[in-house]
Amino acid sequence: MEFAELIKTPRADNVVLHRPFYLAVEGTLCLTGHHLIFSSRRQDNAEELWLLHSNIDSIEKRFVGSLGTVVIKCKDLRIIQLDIPGMEECLNIASSIEALSTLDSVTLMYPFFYRPMFEIVEDGWRCFLPDQEFELLTSVTDEWRLSCINKEFSVCSSYPPVVIVPKSIDDEALRKVALFRHGSRFPVLSYYHKKNGMVMMRSSQPLTGTNGRRCKEDEKLINATLRPGKRGYIIDTRSLNIAQQARAKGGGFEQEAHYPQWRRIHKCIERFNILQESLIKLVEACNDQSHNMDRWLSKLEASNWLTHIKEILTAACLAAQCIDREGASVLVHGTEGTDSTLQVTSLAQIILDPRCRTIRGFESLVVREWLQAGHPFQQRCAQSAYSNSKQKWEAPVFLLFLDCVWQILRQFPCSFEFNEQFLIMLFEHAYASQFGTFLGNNENERSKLKLPQKTMSLWSWVNRPEELSKFQNPLFEANSLVIWPSVAPQSLQLWEGVFLRWNRPSKFLDEAHEEMINIIKYNKELQAKVNALRRQLAEMETDERMQENL
Amino acid sequence: VENVRLLDRLSSKKSALGTLYLTATHVIFVENDSETHKETWILHSQISSIEKQATTATGCPLLIRCKNFQVIQLVIPQERDCHDVYISLIRLARPVKYEELYCFSFNPKLDKEEREQGWKLVDLNEEYNRMGIPNNYWQISDVNRDYGVCDSYPTEVYVPKSATARIIVGSSKFRSRRRFPALSYYCKDNNASICRSSQPLSGFSARCLEDEQMLQAIRKSNPGSDFIYVVDTRPKLNAMANRAAGKGYENEDNYSNIKFQFIGIENIHVMRNSLQKMLEVCELKSPSMSDFLWGLENSGWLKHIKAIMDAGIFIAKAVAEEGVSVLVHCSDGWDRTAQVCSVASLLLDPYYRTMKGFMVLIEKDWVSFGHKFNHRYGNLDGDPKEISPVIDQFIECVWQLMEQFPCAFEFNERFLIHIQHHIYSCQFGNFLCNSQKERRELKVQERTYSLWAHLWKNRADYLNPLYREDHSQTQGTLHLQMAPCNFLYKFWSGMYNRFEKGLHPRQSVTDYLMAVKEETQQLEEELEVLGERLANLQKSQLNDSTVKSKQQDRSTQLGLSTSNNSLANTPQEYSNDLKSFPSRSPSQGDEEDSALILTQDNLKSSDPDLSANSDQESGVEDLSCRSPSGGGCLQSEDSGKDSDEAVFLAV
Repeated sequence: MEFAELIKTPRADNVVLHRPFYLAVEGTLCLTGHHLIFSSRRQDNAEELWLLHSNIDSIEKRFVGSLGTVVIKCKDLRIIQLDIPGMEECLNIASSIEALSTLDSVTLMYPFFYRPMFEIVEDGWRCFLPDQEFELLTSVTDEWRLSCINKEFSVCSSYPPVVIVPKSIDDEALRKVALFRHGSRFPVLSYYHKKNGMVMMRSSQPLTGTNGRRCKEDEKLINATLRPGKRGYIIDTRSLNIAQQARAKGGGFEQEAHYPQWRRIHKCIERFNILQESLIKLVEACNDQSHNMDRWLSKLEASNWLTHIKEILTAACLAAQCIDREGASVLVHGTEGTDSTLQVTSLAQIILDPRCRTIRGFESLVVREWLQAGHPFQQRCAQSAYSNSKQKWEAPVFLLFLDCVWQILRQFPCSFEFNEQFLIMLFEHAYASQFGTFLGNNENERSKLKLPQKTMSLWSWVNRPEELSKFQNPLFEANSLVIWPSVAPQSLQLWEGVFLRWNRPSKFLDEAHEEMINIIKYNKELQAKVNALRRQLAEMETDERMQENL
Repeated sequence: VENVRLLDRLSSKKSALGTLYLTATHVIFVENDSETHKETWILHSQISSIEKQATTATGCPLLIRCKNFQVIQLVIPQERDCHDVYISLIRLARPVKYEELYCFSFNPKLDKEEREQGWKLVDLNEEYNRMGIPNNYWQISDVNRDYGVCDSYPTEVYVPKSATARIIVGSSKFRSRRRFPALSYYCKDNNASICRSSQPLSGFSARCLEDEQMLQAIRKSNPGSDFIYVVDTRPKLNAMANRAAGKGYENEDNYSNIKFQFIGIENIHVMRNSLQKMLEVCELKSPSMSDFLWGLENSGWLKHIKAIMDAGIFIAKAVAEEGVSVLVHCSDGWDRTAQVCSVASLLLDPYYRTMKGFMVLIEKDWVSFGHKFNHRYGNLDGDPKEISPVIDQFIECVWQLMEQFPCAFEFNERFLIHIQHHIYSCQFGNFLCNSQKERRELKVQERTYSLWAHLWKNRADYLNPLYREDHSQTQGTLHLQMAPCNFLYKFWSGMYNRFEKGLHPRQSVTDYLMAVKEETQQLEEELEVLGERLANLQKSQLNDSTVKSKQQDRSTQLGLSTSNNSLANTPQEYSNDLKSFPSRSPSQGDEEDSALILTQDNLKSSDPDLSANSDQESGVEDLSCRSPSGGGCLQSEDSGKDSDEAVFLAV
């Protein structure tokens, strides 16, 4: 298919662009295969807006006489309005945008056409390989091994080719365990806590069914992570009720009788459409400026977004607490083990592991616990808050995770190497990007799409020094401790950087941020100067002494 | 009383055993813990309510709520002791004479001269001079020199030049409590002004020629404008109800060239109930997100804050953008009027956003114009219906502005919190009584100390590191959106959950930046010294031994200040989870401890850095009982670094 077929009117003049907090601008609108480009052709202060079609969540059109108006709502939650003269032009443009923003073939997406204008220093596709992770692990323990059981994605289609499992469990046993777990997602290592050797494993639900099926190998596998005489915790991210209901569909949970060394805790984290509804309501509340103070608070409350944040953070803190304070190993799972499970395991690592609070470490965490672990990004992030499609697999699971990270960052503003912008950038790229990183639903699909060969990795771009500097937190001071966030309602706030980004004036906050950077920059400069002078003085003094000695 | 337990509100497991002392001015709780002997001091004047709860097996619980939003829960073993404490506290918390208040016994060891200097720090005449007054349009009037016209006004009042004594006195007779229109703020650049008064006694049809002339005089003092706004800060319904009592509001037909405007700010009773409701939400043991948001909405608190801000914004816009003068009143003109005038001044004039200027602002719009501190904040035992968080709301408005304009204020959040604290503490004489007249009669300035001098002395603690005199946010008017940006108003946990340290961000950006700035200053000094030495050395290659020793001094000093940067990276008790955490088999005894020991056993084999871990755990315990600095914990943080640092941090 040629994109040109979809573009009936590639260009319109005298289009007026409206955005909140900006004056309306007149200019030319161009449509290309992947972009909507608006250019105010003013000589003095040319302004250009480039919008990826894949960033467009929904589009509305209306007419007053022959002046058409197109309202474009984006996945990054921005809303822009274009006034396009001429009914035919307007209709053509609207239908082109609609078609181009809902292409159903992945290989037509922009990442397959994008050619980077920058020099690639380090290929992001090869940055975070499981072997490297494992090497780090072997330096502290020899109880684990790298298994290539899933090399051809033959055992579990949503797992990566290699996984880390207890050394004492052979591949044959793993195969049996895979049959006992939903989607074959058998328990694998998620995190090793160096401080006390405790571990966090993750999996999907066991397929106990109504007749209480058991699997000796499964029991053996997870018991292999326990120290003699010690107990572990299973954190089930569903309520007991839902977990019990799952038995009727062949799923279920670990029975005490078969797992006597494990204590099961149920924490209810919502899924799918409940989360999507929550996002839609929240964004609606944020965009509605007409209501008064009371309505705002009640709408914020009714969206339940912050309730979900609190639930997820609480479960993650609980997992971290079991590991660090109780000195116990933990297994986390929900139903499929691809959503709430990953929220919990990745947030627990941010709390426990200082490495995950660095830029590099956080990238590695996203790769390990989200991309390689098989979070179905393409399904979950197909649409955002403005879509009308209401597909049942759409859910802001990853955005909720990023929001939780932001909450911790807000409570520990000096403990993270990255800043809020870094998290916002990841949110944007998960939903629409020129990079291939978040395409596909798992490693299996990514390898079939040949993403590493055909597209550019987000990390190749982000990790260049000129980009990286935008995402660095000037306040960062390495903090080797476990950081315990508060989950009290008073401590959790709306993430304004994402949800109010386009409808609040940010000038004064930006200025404050700049001021902060300058204060720290000036300090560093002075430090360098003082050090240089000290060295110079010391040299001169030695010279002098040598002369004296002569 | 011995063997009293102080409960931690957030986690029922944590409590401290200690001894309770009652002194003439304070309740003091000293923990038995031999190492720390942590002390909790509460001023009697801070106590807002004491509640004796039903006796349980462990003893008799006593709940003390403070006006600075601290909540203390004690369990006293003997019912009789508890009753005695309760009775004494009720008496002590409600003094009947001013002389019983703390400020008359508080002695910061300053001599007479220093005390007098302290009171001179804020001088309102100087302030009106700064505004450019007296000038061609405004003058000082001595009509109230013996409080003869209005006993709740100051002796020195600024009025339009054309307003004669006859007009002023006539107008005062037509205003509630004789609070005639007087100048609050004057804008040099365009002659527009903010005046304040109480409501007119207009009833349904009464008129007063002098009052009409007074408003005319205010309009004339701003020649560039042909009308003035009269802003009634009450809801229209309240104002209409007042007409039946012979009070009310200005009739546009009777006054030439006024534009009348209602801005619905609720009265003190609504505000008192609203705060009460919000504090109930803050006190919930482990509220869900919905409980909290629903309760916050239901309290209406943020709606009221927004109403005050909107009134302030309206006035600031009228003055700055339209160049129109404004007369503000409510009923008596000492609560809502004070709030609104001071918010508008703050928006208009960057001076009030400096530390000194803010003191002046409170002195001008609140203290001098007879805001009834004693009644509103219950310093002496009085009518509970008079109590209302009027200035608390103003202080919160300032905080909301600070959140929106992070570089615009010279002072930080701590400054606001401490001022709020001292409005209730009665440790300083500034906010005693209900009017200037009463304060003069009581000879407050001769017998007590001024808060402003105390704050000024410690001003380094109250600086906003992002403030720069030449920054754009510190110039001119702050331009706020009048549009309903509801989401800009947020719950202030730093104030209302002030003592629940666990709820706040664990690391303070302000403190961090202050430490950086302090270090920067030292570096600048060192740079200068080094530069000089270098020049000297180059000139006359001499005396290198002294240079060396001095240089070493410097570097140790610097090391100290950098350590400041590694601020409280303190792990804290994750209390909410402890509750949800299932208890383990009973044989294990005290859970926390055994878990700890077992962890350490495991560690011995794998982790060489054992000491740091155990320290860290103890640090957690420490903080959960709200130790002010969490020093013990910080020591552990980098046990590798030099010991100086740890000592410094623990202080």
